Order: sequence, then structure tokens, then C-alpha cells
Amino acid sequence: MNNKNVISRNTKLEDNNYKWGFDFNFNPDNAPKGLSEDIVKLISKKKNEPKWLLDWRLKSLNLWFKNEDNEPEWANIKFPKIDFQDIRYYSSPTNKPNPKSLDEVDPEMLKAFSKLGIPLEEQKKLSGVAVDAIMDSVSVATTYQKQLEDAGVIFCPISEAVQKYPELVQKYLGSVVPYSDNFYATLNSAVFTDGSFIYVPPGVRCPVELMTYFRINELDTGQFERTLIIADKGSYVSYLEGCTAPFRKTNQLHAAVVELIALEDAEIKYSTLQNWFPGDKNGIGGVYNFVTKRGKCAGKNSKISWTQVETGSAITWKYPSVILQGDNSIGEFYSVALVNNFQQADTGTKMIHIGKNTKSTIIAKGISAGKANSTYRGMVKILPSAKNARNFTQCDSLLIGDKCGAHTIPYIEVKNPTAQLEHEATTSKVSDNQLFYTQQRGISLEDANYMIVNGFCKGIFKELPFEFAIEASQLLRVSLEGAVG
Amino acid sequence: MTNNKIILEIKNLNASVANTQILKDFNLTINMGEKHTLMGPNGSGKSTLANILAGNPEYIVDSGEINFLGQTLLDKAPEIRACLGLFLAFQYPVELPGVRMWQFLKSSLDSQREYNGKDPLSTKDFDSILNECAEKVDISQDFLKRNVNEGFSGGEKKRNEILQLTLINPKLAILDETDSGLDIDALKIVSNGIENFSSPNNSVLLVTHYQRILNYVKPDYVHVMIDGKIVKSGDKSLALELEKKGYDWLSKK
Repeated sequence: MNNKNVISRNTKLEDNNYKWGFDFNFNPDNAPKGLSEDIVKLISKKKNEPKWLLDWRLKSLNLWFKNEDNEPEWANIKFPKIDFQDIRYYSSPTNKPNPKSLDEVDPEMLKAFSKLGIPLEEQKKLSGVAVDAIMDSVSVATTYQKQLEDAGVIFCPISEAVQKYPELVQKYLGSVVPYSDNFYATLNSAVFTDGSFIYVPPGVRCPVELMTYFRINELDTGQFERTLIIADKGSYVSYLEGCTAPFRKTNQLHAAVVELIALEDAEIKYSTLQNWFPGDKNGIGGVYNFVTKRGKCAGKNSKISWTQVETGSAITWKYPSVILQGDNSIGEFYSVALVNNFQQADTGTKMIHIGKNTKSTIIAKGISAGKANSTYRGMVKILPSAKNARNFTQCDSLLIGDKCGAHTIPYIEVKNPTAQLEHEATTSKVSDNQLFYTQQRGISLEDANYMIVNGFCKGIFKELPFEFAIEASQLLRVSLEGAVG
Repeated sequence: MTNNKIILEIKNLNASVANTQILKDFNLTINMGEKHTLMGPNGSGKSTLANILAGNPEYIVDSGEINFLGQTLLDKAPEIRACLGLFLAFQYPVELPGVRMWQFLKSSLDSQREYNGKDPLSTKDFDSILNECAEKVDISQDFLKRNVNEGFSGGEKKRNEILQLTLINPKLAILDETDSGLDIDALKIVSNGIENFSSPNNSVLLVTHYQRILNYVKPDYVHVMIDGKIVKSGDKSLALELEKKGYDWLSKK
């Protein structure tokens, strides 16, 4: 018995471990590939947008063309140069986008989402969760419309919001992430297609969880969604996004922008289960997930909480951040980022303290397996006005095997002497001893590894809505397959 | 107590760790219902034997045979050996941060039941069995809410091993220096756990350094291991002799 147990990536990992890799055949309405003023105008026309929005798009496009050769290179990720002219910027799987009710939704589309585990039909819909289902560039269905309407909550595709609530959109779009913010945000501002819009009126506690389910289906199509959430004074909303994509040999680009605005005494809880196709075991294919997410605690006593479980994507580049502008406002960031095989992740957060007595908490758990690399990059910035600001940061990395890497890069900038900051960081390994101990109790190697990793993530999962905590845990299991053995 | 059914048979076992040979033509047979004690100085290979029986992949078997209830063990993964009824109480129980005791114990039991063709226990049934076992080894409810061995004192870790022994109720319990580092009260709890477990339908291999535990656990056989093999076997009186004379008189032979 000479089976020295070297815990390393095992080559059995099959591509079909990614259960969401199947493809749907629709007759899509596709724009030609490439990026130009004409394409931007076409998108704007398809969405029947007002002139101010088209102008904003074109302004963004011009800025992007100016900076075309200045892709950000500071992140700890490696990938070949993206040919932005080889991407399709608009694809609609159906010629009937934005249906008024579920009766108008293409039955094939309902079937497709059902297969993804997101039934949209009235009788089967997820209990207590209103879902906006987005495939490629358009929203195909939104559930629970009646209940939301009764509560006065607006939850609709952003393209619909542009038509119905133009003042709200115009007031807040780009107010947290300006079009000039960064390379990918500028690109998104020019070509964004769909995404969700949420407005919760003053004093309203949203009666159901709101969820957007994103799906990239068409080949060579980028997804550039734009999400805008506004929680008015004293309101509360919990929002969840989930994402999948089919197995493709080429890389797909996903460059989203998410903006959150919490007014006085309002709270937004934003959870993400990111499960884009990670590429196969040799690192071929997968989604480039280059996303800008930022929230603004605009009012006093407001709170924004990001929870993310990132298991997918070939490359993840995202830093969900909070601008703590209102006095006593609270920002939170809870993250589990798991990379296996050849995946790369450079993710973290920025907490910008402006108001007095503002508090932020950052708990980031990075798990690396196979030959994957993950980096936590976080910034805590205390401005001179932020008297008595507090931050607690904890970054833990867990390594599985000896070919992967984990890095922690904290930036701290303090301009007010009353600030209190704490930073803790650990790096540990799933040890042979832990695996053997668990196996000796009758538990298989894969299950032992999963149990240990799940234990490592526990503090984060409890931040998720209950059903999604279970799903997150399942995602982890699937993503870990083949990580030991 | 012996009913002459062989539970464990080790024949001419040679084994090494990190390229150093530790076990040298080691032989031992244990019958159902017997309690054996393996004693010996540091570095004699006692813990190596315990780890090899449980299938720790850090230890390499160079030659020899191990039969457990009529099946060869050497080609079996650690979890399969566990499911067949072999239990190792660890010398240094491992911490599993974030993994709840309850979840760990339930998974362990369910996994072994599944291997043996039984349905998993309902939460209710499991809870009542667990509570019963916890009471036997004087373990509180709060203890069960903690993470596996995380922040446990040395004594708590050892008691946790005895709790698992009681819960899993294996065919063969190997206790690797479970008595070391215990104060007298903890030693009594651990010893009682072993004595309560022991029955005509199972066997115990107690690996220890000290004669002390034998005041509470009554072995049928005492073996002295020096330099990778058993040099002398006897009954309980051998342990007392060792207490007086040390190991030197045996190694000089």
C-alpha cells in the first residue's frame, strides 16, 4: 500500500461537474458583433430610450474609446487581451422582451428557467422570492408583481424603469458609479442592456426577497447588466442575484455595474451566488467576471450589507464597496471566494468612511484549490470628516493542496485620529491530519474536505437568506469536486 | 470472555514512515472479546501501529498482512476500515474549525450506517442516542454545540474521543495513548468509557505508556513492544513488573 496521500488536484474532474452547462436553442435577435456608435444607438433604439440616456451612453462610449488601450493591469490576474470588437453587445433570446404578465412569456423560456431551477410559473414559483429572470440582454419574466405593487415596491427590468419611472432612473443612474469610474464601468455605461431596478418607498419593508437570475446563453455574447437599487427613508430590502452560463470553449465577458442607494434609516442587504461557468479543468473557457458594485449609505443610520459567494467564473475581478456618507451608517462585506483548477480571483471591498460614527465590517474567506490563485484586495479609507469611525477586517485564506496560492493585500488610509481599525488575517491549509481524522470516522475523503471547507465558511453562510445558504453550501460542494484525492 | 473468533490478525508486518523502518516483522492476534494492552518506551512503534491499522496514508506498509474480521485491510481506504468497525481514538485529536460536533457526529454515524446498508437516523433518534452517550461520558449539552475539538482542553479532547467510541460502538477500538495527559478524574471517565464499551462482541487494543490506566482498565493481555516488535507478552502482572523494573531488562535480551 504505497499510496502516500498527496492532496492535490486530481485529474478526474470532469467538465460536466458544472451542472448548469447546457445550452438552450432559441431564435435569438442578435446585433452584429463589434462596438461602435451604431451599436450603442441600436441598443438604445431597441429599448426605446429617451434622448438623455442615449447621450449618456454615447458620452461613455467616447470616453471608453479614448481609454481603449488603458485596461486596468494592477489586479493579480492574467488573461490574454480581450478583443472588444469580437463581442456581441446585444442578444435577445426572444422577440417579445419585457412581457406584461407571465401569460405573455414564451413557454420555452419558462421551461428553460425551470431547468435552471428557477421556476417562474405562478403555481411553481419560489416561495417568498420575487424573481426577475434575465437571459443574455433582456429580462424575460418577473414574478410576484401583484404583491410588490400592493406594497408599493417597484421591481422591474431597468429598461422598463426607464420608460415608467424616468425621473428616478435619471436621478440615480451613475450617481454611485459614475460613467467615468473605471474601464469596465465606462464600457457598461455605453452598452448596458438589462438588469434590475428596485425602488422601495419610505417606511416599507419589502414583503418578499427579491432575486434576479442572470443567464448568459448566446455564444460570444457579453452580458452588461446594470442594476440600480434605491431604498428610500426607513425602508428595507433583501436582494439576491444568481448567475450561470453554458459551457463554452471561448471566454465570455460579463461586465456589470450595480449601484445601491440607501437613504436615511434604510437598509439594503445584497447577496450574490456567483456561479458563472469557471472554465474546464485545463483552464479553457469560462466567464470573465469584471464587475463594479458599489453602495452609498447616503442617509443617516443607513446600512448596506454585501454578502457574496463566488465559486464560478474563470476570472473574478470585483470589489463590492460602500461609501459611508450618512452619520452612523454601517457597511458590511461578507465574502467567500473559492477558486479551483485554473480559476483566478482578485476580489475584496472598499469601505469609504465620510460620516461620523460610521462602522464597517469586512469578513473575507478565500479558498484556493488546484492551481488556482486568489487575492483579497481591500481598502479602508477614513476621511477627515469621519469622526469615531470604526472598521473591523478579518481575512482568512484556506489552501487545499500545494499548487495554489492565496494573497492578502489590505490598503488602509486614515485621515482622522479618532478612528479605530482592527485587522486580522490568517492562512491555513486543509491538513492531512484533519482529513485523516474525519475519514477515520467513516466519512469519505471528498466529504471530509467539503465538511472542513464548509466549516471555514460558516460565518459567511449565516449572513445569507436561509434557502440560499443551503444552495451556497451545495455550490461549494460541486466546486470542490476533485480538489482532493 | 474470549470466544476464539479472530478479530484482528497482523502477520510479519514491516512498515516505515519518512523512509525509516519502524515496524519489524510485527505479529499480533486479537480475538473477539479480548482486551489487549500494548506498552513500550517512546519510539518503539506503538503509535505507528495504531496509525497503520487505521490507514493513515503517511505511514507506508512495506510488507506483511493485516486481516480484520476475515478481510484484508491493506487495500482499504481509512473510511472503509472505519465502516467495517475499526475505531481509532487519536493521541492528538484534530481541531476542525467551524465544524459543529453535532453535524460531525451525525455525518459519521450516517455514513457508517449507509455503508452497512442502513438508513440514516432521524434527527430525533440521533439526538436521543447522542444524549444517552454524552451522559455516559459526562459530557454536557453545551459541549455538543461547540466545533469539533476547537479550543478544547487536552482532557476534553480525550473525552470527546471516548464519546465517539461510545456513539460509534465499533468492533475494534484502538486507543492511542488516550490516557496520557489526563488528571485523575478525567482518567476515571476515560477508563469507565473503555470498560463500558468492552463486551464479548468487541475488542480493545489499548496503547499506553503508563501502568496507571491499568488500575481501571483490566486487560486480558499485556504486550511489550521494543524497537518495532513485541518482545514479551503476558497478563496484567507484566505491567506491574514493568512499573518496577522499567524496559531495560527486556531490551538487553
